[in-house]
Amino acid sequence: MSVAQVGEIRDAQPVAVSPELNVRHGGWFVRITILVVVLLWSIPTLGVLITSFRPEALVTTSGWWTALAHPFQAAEWTIENYRLALSQGGFGNAFLNSLAVTIPSTVIPITIAAFAAYAFSWMEFRGRYIMFVAVVGLMVVPLQMALIPILRLYTGGASLFGRQIIPDPHLGGTFLGVWLAHTGFGLPLAVYLLRNYIGSLPSEIIESAKVDGADHFTIFWRLIVPLSVPALAAFAIFQFLWVWNDLLVAYVFLGGTPQLRVLTVALADLVGARGDNWQLLTAAAFLSMSLPLVVFFSLQKYFVRGLTAGSVKG
Amino acid sequence: MSASGDPAGSGGTLAGAPPTGGRAVRSIVVRVLVAVAISVVSFLALRATFDFLRNENANRGLVVLLAIGLGVGGIFFLFWAMDKVVDWLPERLSEGFRPYVFVGPALVVLSVFLVYPLINTILISFKDARSQAFVGLENYRFVFTDPDMLTSIRNTIGWVVLVPLVAVSVGLMFATLADRLRRGEAVAKSLIFLPMAISFAGASIVWRLIYSYRPQGFGSNIGLLNGIVVGMGKNPIDWIGLRPWNNLLLMVIMVWMQTGFAMVVLSAAIKAIPDELIEAARIDGASELQVFRRIIVPGILPTIAVVTTYMVIVGLKVFDIPFVFGNTEAAGTVVIAERMLHWFFIGGDNGRGAAVAVVLFVAVVPMMIWNIRRFREQETTR
Repeated sequence: MSVAQVGEIRDAQPVAVSPELNVRHGGWFVRITILVVVLLWSIPTLGVLITSFRPEALVTTSGWWTALAHPFQAAEWTIENYRLALSQGGFGNAFLNSLAVTIPSTVIPITIAAFAAYAFSWMEFRGRYIMFVAVVGLMVVPLQMALIPILRLYTGGASLFGRQIIPDPHLGGTFLGVWLAHTGFGLPLAVYLLRNYIGSLPSEIIESAKVDGADHFTIFWRLIVPLSVPALAAFAIFQFLWVWNDLLVAYVFLGGTPQLRVLTVALADLVGARGDNWQLLTAAAFLSMSLPLVVFFSLQKYFVRGLTAGSVKG
Repeated sequence: MSASGDPAGSGGTLAGAPPTGGRAVRSIVVRVLVAVAISVVSFLALRATFDFLRNENANRGLVVLLAIGLGVGGIFFLFWAMDKVVDWLPERLSEGFRPYVFVGPALVVLSVFLVYPLINTILISFKDARSQAFVGLENYRFVFTDPDMLTSIRNTIGWVVLVPLVAVSVGLMFATLADRLRRGEAVAKSLIFLPMAISFAGASIVWRLIYSYRPQGFGSNIGLLNGIVVGMGKNPIDWIGLRPWNNLLLMVIMVWMQTGFAMVVLSAAIKAIPDELIEAARIDGASELQVFRRIIVPGILPTIAVVTTYMVIVGLKVFDIPFVFGNTEAAGTVVIAERMLHWFFIGGDNGRGAAVAVVLFVAVVPMMIWNIRRFREQETTR
């Protein structure tokens, strides 16, 4: 599958191994240690995967590992749990809502951050340094701290000394409200990572484009964005995974109604309502993991390259 | 604005000689008016579409599709429109304004979503439960005397020290060893990284299945840990009720989720070390352990620092894992961020919640200063 695909790409790179070093490259100590760690890390997920395909009667009476003893008996396996999770949990609608929250919440901060990163790297203006330092500093503000003030702002505007200075924007329970919140919380890291990358592009390219008469918008759009694809993709994966897996922000700003709730909220509801219904829970958990896993494996090579472009060389 | 001295701006004046006298003033006024009009109209249009979207109770799929299109298209349109507006301004103004068009949205969003809440929270922390009367330092006195708060501070220190320590060490060890594999390096790394793609809600299900407990005589244990314990002929253990060790068991979940991140980033740094350097050391008779300690670790020290910082912040902010496992006060698994949400949403005391938030923020300030320092050093070497 996709795992194998990634493997092929990596293994295709020629590795120079001199014969006398063969022992060091993949000796038994290395292989066994790696195998043990990989097994330890995979067992929890494996348990969920197996449980999600077992019938209820077996799940509640025996541990999932007993299924490994006789893996080829048809009575041991079922896909009923997935059918049930999709129909009963309202997961179809929640999946759509998750998409509606996640895609703009990934694109908007990247766009805003890329423009800002370009300005911080290649434009001259007053307060450039102070502004950038402030942005980097904001990276560590815990987002939980912002939830209540923002929620108040969304549902009642802001007032200073008893006078309304910002009118009620009616943003509670809207997609726009969630997008903006995720944008705000993801922006400092995005600006920081993208500035590291965009700032390290060779200045000759930008200078020569300026000589050719290109304005900043054209340079940014035609030159900087195509050159920054690795960094943009790396942050896109990071933000996508974060937003897709987020429970708190979506719950606070969008709410838990069946019409508007996202996948993680539906999943948490299911845990609360049917905490002991393991076969249903595990199937639902795997449904919620499916899209992030696809995204992760298909864009994985960008993740490593783009994320470390700044920090390794620096 | 003119002080910005953008070279492109001064070059532009050569092309169109500025008109003189009253005509110039009028043209500037007209252009500024048109510019303002365009931005107001585009803002109102966006607003109207969102109102439509909110009132519509139509087909869910259609609404979602429209929302995605609007969100993605809207942000591009916003920047494009603002740039066009600046183009309309007189040359001297436009080049001074343009950088602010590029950074402006970022600054506005950050001020609203991070700076304003920060100030707001600090104010609220000095007020009473319903944010009406000032109570001085009362909330802070509570933070440092309440037994649950003190436990949460102790636990959070554990999260901040142990999670980065274990996750970074295991990640570093795995990255170093996987680098020597001839086959299957990518597969092994992907499997370690996989938990990063799982939500906390999903991870809680994964790990409840491991720690699950049924007292003896209440059916067979389906949790893996108790399966092993019972298999060895002992009584099952209520892992999550096991004070204070249950905290360590919850930290294991975080380590499981975050090691992959550390491993991937460190692995990239290791691969950036020149092969010749390592080969030369080996030819000089250095052992593998010496190569690791004298060459690899010093070479990737900056990256280790970055990853550790990230992990410390993750540890400080942790709330989901103890929260999802529930019953935090009785089980003694409270942490600072979880206490903050508890007082805001369940305990109904905004003042206490805000005071906890401020304490959490103050704990992060040293990190912030260190981050800015590091950035300055980077700037000077650039």
